[in-house]
Amino acid sequence: MNKTDYDLIVIGGGPAGLAAAIGAYDAGEKNILILERDTRLGGILNQCIHNGFGLHTFQEELTGPEYAQRFADLVLERGIECRLDTMVVSVGTDAEGIKEVAAVNETDGLLRLRTRALILAMGCRERSRGALNIPGFRPAGIFSAGTAQRLVNIEGYLPGRRVVILGSGDIGLIMARRMTLEGAKVLVCAELMPYSGGLKRNIVQCLDDFGIPLRLSHTVVRIEGKERVEGVVLAKVGSDRKPIPGTEEHYECDTLLLSVGLLPENELTVGLGAEMSRVTGGPVVNESLETSVPGVFAAGNVLHVHDLVDYVSEEAKLAGESAAAYVRECREAEQAGTEKSRDRIPVGFSGGIRYTVPSSVDPGRVRHWIKFRFRVGEVMTNRRVVLSIDGESVLSRKRRVMAPGEMEELVLTKKVLDAHPDMKSLEIRIEEDN
Amino acid sequence: MYDVVIIGAGVTGCAIARFLSAYRGSFCVLERSEDVCTGTSKANSAIIHAGFDAAHGSLMAKYNLLGNRMYPELAKELDFEYKNNGSLVLALHEEDIHKLEELMENGRKNGVEGLEIVGRERLKELEPAVGHVPVAALYAPTAGIICPFGATIAFAENACTNGVEFRFDTEVKGLGPAQDENGESCWVVQTAQGVIRTRTVVNAAGVYSDVLHNMVSADKIHITPRRGDYLLLDRKTGGYVKHTVFQVPGKFGKGVLVSPTVHGNTIIGPTAEDIDDKEGVETTAEGFDDLMEKAGFAFDDLPLREVITSFAGLRAHEDRHDFILGEVKDAPGFFDCAGIESPGLTAAPAIGKEIAGQLAEKLGLKENPDFVGTRKGFPDVKSLPPDEIAALVKEKPDYGRIVCRCEQVSEGAIIDAIRRPLGARSLDGVKRRVRAGMGRCQGGFCSPRIMDILAREWGVDPADITKAGGHSSVIVGLVKDRV
Repeated sequence: MNKTDYDLIVIGGGPAGLAAAIGAYDAGEKNILILERDTRLGGILNQCIHNGFGLHTFQEELTGPEYAQRFADLVLERGIECRLDTMVVSVGTDAEGIKEVAAVNETDGLLRLRTRALILAMGCRERSRGALNIPGFRPAGIFSAGTAQRLVNIEGYLPGRRVVILGSGDIGLIMARRMTLEGAKVLVCAELMPYSGGLKRNIVQCLDDFGIPLRLSHTVVRIEGKERVEGVVLAKVGSDRKPIPGTEEHYECDTLLLSVGLLPENELTVGLGAEMSRVTGGPVVNESLETSVPGVFAAGNVLHVHDLVDYVSEEAKLAGESAAAYVRECREAEQAGTEKSRDRIPVGFSGGIRYTVPSSVDPGRVRHWIKFRFRVGEVMTNRRVVLSIDGESVLSRKRRVMAPGEMEELVLTKKVLDAHPDMKSLEIRIEEDN
Repeated sequence: MYDVVIIGAGVTGCAIARFLSAYRGSFCVLERSEDVCTGTSKANSAIIHAGFDAAHGSLMAKYNLLGNRMYPELAKELDFEYKNNGSLVLALHEEDIHKLEELMENGRKNGVEGLEIVGRERLKELEPAVGHVPVAALYAPTAGIICPFGATIAFAENACTNGVEFRFDTEVKGLGPAQDENGESCWVVQTAQGVIRTRTVVNAAGVYSDVLHNMVSADKIHITPRRGDYLLLDRKTGGYVKHTVFQVPGKFGKGVLVSPTVHGNTIIGPTAEDIDDKEGVETTAEGFDDLMEKAGFAFDDLPLREVITSFAGLRAHEDRHDFILGEVKDAPGFFDCAGIESPGLTAAPAIGKEIAGQLAEKLGLKENPDFVGTRKGFPDVKSLPPDEIAALVKEKPDYGRIVCRCEQVSEGAIIDAIRRPLGARSLDGVKRRVRAGMGRCQGGFCSPRIMDILAREWGVDPADITKAGGHSSVIVGLVKDRV
């Protein structure tokens, strides 16, 4: 008979899920289960065979699979239970706040599991052609960049020989280089926005170094070919992002790769009734990365899309520690018969910030510091990021350049928080730096 | 020598084949593409019309009504998805209400039951999401929605199980009357795969039905491919709209329909543009804009940011705007099912039964004593209660291995889709049977795995796996193969 009751279940065995499980374990909670839908741990990192991972975490350059393996090893060393090839089909909470998880796999059939705490680490998916309303035929040869990456890096297949890339997200940029190295000709990378959606280092290393032109403010207006892609028409877009007639350029190609955004995969989260953010597509969380459903935490790309896996690992560790603290509190509350009170101060933002994670703070639950992560809506130069508590600026950091493609962070220490014991409001804003 | 050759494995051809298989004889369906349901039948509104719209006295009206009444029972017998959700035709303006009355009158003459004109208050009760514009509606409780792939595949599978042969990648290049060795008249069909002889021919070739007809008859017909763009919204929009909601043609133009699908998505469409290209299933930016604008007349806050895919289909519009059915006068033994546009999907089983009956009479066919009129569909993990999932996976473990995460389609279901009679050979073939790749990521995660399963099951190289047959290969080779 399979074990069915856990203190913590982590949904997803990618970088977020692994780091979260380790974080919870090291914080003292050992009754943990990781559920992973793929046949191995590591998630999407397994297909990211390029290097550049781990500079922050390990101070060395690792490939995706190497980075994932380090965390998988830490999970295995701790003897944390994992079920692979297992797909969670539904999640709910019972009247006592216990979370019920239903999952299926080949060997156990339907698993019905119960847990005190739950960490959501399901990652994200790529926005597809359909979601972009790109008109034209629907031939073979249109891939999201990540699908092409899997075909090339895991299966060893070449998805196409003459390639146009739409979108300058990081996966698209990485695939421009990869496809070139594997023998394809990448003709152009088109980006709808007037700035790239990817990291600067990827533009340089994946496009510039290979002579692949980046066409900003361009989009695909037509896909040709009834069976397989035969051509793509690009056009320049105006400030309204609508194509400008007369600017069409035809590219003869057999493949169109799309790297047009990642969408947090939150169908289970919505099913739980958690409050969602329309900006990130992820759940709204507090300083402990806890969603609006008590005991349900989120980390990694399911929460908001990250640029660097190092930050995912760091964020997920906090989610794990928070989940462990929650489990402890549940036990204590059961013994004492009282619950620890909660505070919720919303994090305000202005000056071009699109969102912050976390979006609310309970000062009493901050252990050492809070790391606010956020993105801006447009490219900005010579600014200051200012954090104020009750209208008083307590933190100010200079930023030479900020871009939508690069996530920003701001660390607020507990020391500063403690100096404002009756804090009522907290705001992060961007100001001109004169 | 076949008794009957049916040209075209769309819903009409497959429905004819299914009803024909209740008789004893040798029957063959010829299809130019690699699978059933690859033309008009796969790209339409997926609705079962009540039958108030077709002109009274037309064949469209007659077979619409008959088909509408056949679907509930057929959906049970052949285990495909059908739902009787009812339809509403909205009047967007006071001055359009008389058009609802005309429609209702026409519908009553056609024999449609339960028609009712409802005012705004009752309309809001029936369809709470309806926007501020509509003033009244014609309510037709007998309308429904189906899975058009599911229905077509069910007809085809059942026909196949009952002995009808299907030949794919077999385009008809020419045909004409001939005589057999006994001097009896027959037909010779030239195909991409050689010459086929048959006693009778059924023309169910969709947008190409005029081409076939005109090969054999002096009484020419003309089909215009009428293109319609559609938008499909994420399943998370399920429940937003309950009925199939049309708009009465009025000062805003012809209007578009907004309808739930049997799978819980929301569909918006179609546009209507007459084109020359019988393969012109190209969507357009203007079409999308048009749909979004018109759908906005019916609903104020349609969740249009939830579009997961768009597509276009072609209606086989004949100049006289009616079905052309039955044996062609100057071509004995050649049976037309031409001009099958809306309500063609609704009419298909009634047409199938009628034409099968005409063929049986012409050829003097006896009943098939071994005919099995039922068929079992594919188990869908997503829609099963927990106990049934557990039982299913216990019996067939690979049903516990989810390959398509968005639609929760298991490896077991995909293997079934491939191994069944007339099994899937392409990614789209799998998608139409079990919905793998039909969800919000549009195959982003599962298509490489499905490609491998297809290659393994068919014993071919993955490079031979196509999206939809022909030259639609998914991959072009191996990495560094030309470096």
